[in-house]
Order: sequence, then structure tokens, then C-alpha cells
Amino acid sequence: MSNIELSNVEPAATAVASDQGQQNGAPSATRAPSRLGQNGLQLLSWLAPNTLVIAWELLAQAGWLSPQVLPAPSKIMRTAFKLISSGSLLDDLGISLLRAVAGFAIGSAVGFTLVGFSRIAEAVVDRSVQMIRAIPFLALLPLVIVWLGVGEAEKIFLVALGVTFPIYINTVLGIRQVDPKLIELGRIQGLGAFKLIRRIILPGALPSILTGVRYALATAWLALVVAETIGAQSGIGFLAMDAREFLRTDVIVLTIVIYALIGVAADAIARVLERRLLAWHPNYGAAR
Amino acid sequence: MNVHVAPSHASAAGSGPAVVVSNLTRAYGKRIVIEKLNLRIERGEFVALLGESGCGKTTLLRVLAGRDPIQGGRINAPRRPAVVFQEHRLLPWDNLWRNVALGLQIPDARERAAEALAEVGLDDWPRNLSGGQAQRVALARALVQQPELLLLDEPFAALDALTRIRMHELVRELIASHRPGVLLVTHDVDEAITLADRILVMRSGAIAFEHRASDATSISRIDLLAELGVTSSPPLN
Repeated sequence: MSNIELSNVEPAATAVASDQGQQNGAPSATRAPSRLGQNGLQLLSWLAPNTLVIAWELLAQAGWLSPQVLPAPSKIMRTAFKLISSGSLLDDLGISLLRAVAGFAIGSAVGFTLVGFSRIAEAVVDRSVQMIRAIPFLALLPLVIVWLGVGEAEKIFLVALGVTFPIYINTVLGIRQVDPKLIELGRIQGLGAFKLIRRIILPGALPSILTGVRYALATAWLALVVAETIGAQSGIGFLAMDAREFLRTDVIVLTIVIYALIGVAADAIARVLERRLLAWHPNYGAAR
Repeated sequence: MNVHVAPSHASAAGSGPAVVVSNLTRAYGKRIVIEKLNLRIERGEFVALLGESGCGKTTLLRVLAGRDPIQGGRINAPRRPAVVFQEHRLLPWDNLWRNVALGLQIPDARERAAEALAEVGLDDWPRNLSGGQAQRVALARALVQQPELLLLDEPFAALDALTRIRMHELVRELIASHRPGVLLVTHDVDEAITLADRILVMRSGAIAFEHRASDATSISRIDLLAELGVTSSPPLN
């Protein structure tokens, strides 16, 4: 599929593109080449985090860091292998992921449905959603526990709640940013409401929708951590709270590392989605 | 009041008017932009519409395209007209044939789009389109609809001089073979003289001047500029 790229586009046609950031990866291209070269700079950027981990390991080995406060990285690795081989870590991880996926699916479906794709739907829904959005969703936790207890429903509900708003808000924003000239063109070409949404409004709003997905992945994870920290019988959060009872700092740090790794993985998934779905877009396209 | 689009009685292949406008009035609130305008464009006829900014020519085009409501009069057009704008308005997320086939509701839309692209000289689907090429695609997208009325809203204004001349040739050929009625809104007096069978000058919401290419006396650039209110223009050619 050869998608169209325009070498001299008018400002109107790139309105969506131009307010999302710089054009065509200009910053790296225009920056003066350093004496170290690209690879040298790459190595340098990894120097600080590696030094930090080595220093942490050495301080722990020397006994300057109490294992109760911060166990050595090597100790955490050993704990990870032990928990993996016993199977408990993977079980808990699976349960946490399942909760996240279920909550994300429900929340994004609700957020997307609320958009409604019409001015009437916007008039009915938008003000209420914007008002509810003013509440930090974690503040609803006590209420959610009263409604649903501390079971699976409460955890999935909380994740869904955190996902709904970023999806809704960014989709609405994306639709507002679609070039009205393209919508007018669609009408002139005789597109009906459904085709107009599918051929012009959704693709035009997609950059913003995917930004919403990325935010939603982050809040889904945050919601899950909070939900699992409070009254869970399984999951990564449960692992951490259980370890706290026995002062197993190594397990606690391990769970934090796992949360971080999953966050990175979620972000990578969002990036892949952007590259594949926005290949036509000068700011996201893989070829640029 | 809404736009009246009544079906034509003339057969699709025959001649007959592409559009008949009678006593058209368009106002924004109390400000009247077009007042009791009459216009008839035959199939295969190329009409150029000149006028100063704000004289109502773009409004007339929008009304004919069915994008604006009217406050009085009638528009009789056989079918939905096709429009080419000053900007190409191509969908950057779709490839060329999908752009051309946008809104085309026939089973062999893809082949028809490819044919239309070949007609405008773009069969090899370039990845990077120049301004002129993008405008050719826009032209293909309009013509593939087989319009009986083609509205051109300054489609060559953003092109460089050489590209514009090539586009003039192309448009002339395409109009000769497809024979839609054409209304070209332009600021370019020379373009109007080169392309049009009939030149209209619009002033404050009405047609103030009309010239046919078939008239015994040909019209000069200077005369036409005078009609547009440019009297002290330096002698050119």
C-alpha cells in the first residue's frame, strides 16, 4: 500500500500534524554531530544507570545498606528466580495482567462509546463527563469498596474508571482537531454519516486517540497497584503486601521492578500501535 | 429555505443545462451576499466567474455545491456537483485510488479510480506528490463521479506558473471529453480568457458583466480588468 505523502502541503492540511510536535524528527537531524559520535553518546547515556546499580550492589555488599532497607540487586535477582521456579510469581503476574486487560477493555469501550460521534451526543454527555473527570478517580476508592467490596469486581471497576476518561477526552479532542475542510470534502463526495466517521473522522482523530490509549495504559496500571495494595488475595500487589508483613524487602523491591517493567512494555505496545496505524503521519511514520 | 435540487428531464448523454439558477438570494443574517441572481450553465460549457474579494463568488459556489442554505430562488441541478478546491484536500491516510474512489458507490470503484488517475497522467502512483500532482488527483476524484456540473474553486491558484499552464491544458482536454458544465471561480483574468467559453464578472452579489468567447468582439485583458475595478493597470503585452 503506497500511502500518500505530500511534499508541499498547505498549513490547513497538516493542522493535526503541526500541533503535535516537530516535523520529521528534525531535532536529531539538525543537532551538531558530537565528537563522540552517535554510538559514543548511546554508551554514555547508559553509563549513569549502570553506575548507579553497581554502586547500589557494592554498598549493599559492604554492609552500608541494610538488607531491611534496600537489599542488593543480586539478592533481588535470586529472589526473582526462586519465585519464578516455585510458580507463584507467574501466577500472581498472570492474575494482575488479567485484571488490567479486563479493566482496560471495559474502560476503553465505555470511553469510546460515550463519545457518540454527534453534536447531540456531545451536548448530552460532555458536560457531565468533564465534571466527573474533576474527581481524582482514586478518591472514589472508598465508595467503590462500599459498592463492590474488595473482590475482583472492585479491582476491574477501578481500572476501567481510570481508563474511561483518558480515552474519552483524547478521542473528543482528536475529533475536534480533524480538518473541517476534509469533513466538508467528505460531505461533497456524498459520504453518509457512518462512512464520514469511518473514512475521515476516525483516521483524522487517530493520533489523539492513540495518545489517549497511552495515558490510559499508565492510569490502568496505577489503578491496579492501588486496588491490589488494598485487600487483595492474589496478584503482584498482594505479593508486595504479603512480603511487607514478613519484612521481605527483596520481594517488595522485586514487585516494584515488575510494575516498572510492565509499564515499559505497555508503552512499547503503544509505540508499535502508533507506528503501524500512523505510518502515513509525518510525525509517527516508521520510515522517517 | 433549503436548496432545491430537482431532477432534470434531459437525458444524461444529451445536452441541456448542467444547472439553472433563478432569482437566487443568499444572506448571512441581514447581510445579503447574493441578490436575485440568475445563471444557466449548459453541459460542456466552461464558465469563468471573476470578481473582487467579497463580491459573493465563493458564496455562489458553496450554494451550488449544496453546502449553504439559500433564502430565496431556485437551483435546478440534475445531480450532485463535483468540486475541486484550491487545496487538494486529499486524505493523507489513504492511498491514491482510495482517495479518488471516495464516495464512489459502484462495485468496480477501484478500476474506475485507476482509470481516472491514468486520465490525469498519474498511473505510477508516486509516493511523494508535488502540488500539481496532488491537484491532478483532486481533479480525478471529481471527474470519476461523472458530474454534470463541475465546480472549480481557484484550483490552480496555489500552483507555480509552469504547472498552472500544464494544468490548464489538462483541464481543457478532460472537459472536452467528459463535457460537464464548469463553473471556475478565479482571480486570474488570463486564466479566465484562456479557458472559458463565457466570462462573468460578479459585483456586490449580482452578475454585472458577461462576455462570450463566441462574441464578434474579443475581450482584452485591460477591458476585463476595468470591469473588475482595476483601471490604472500598467500596459502589459
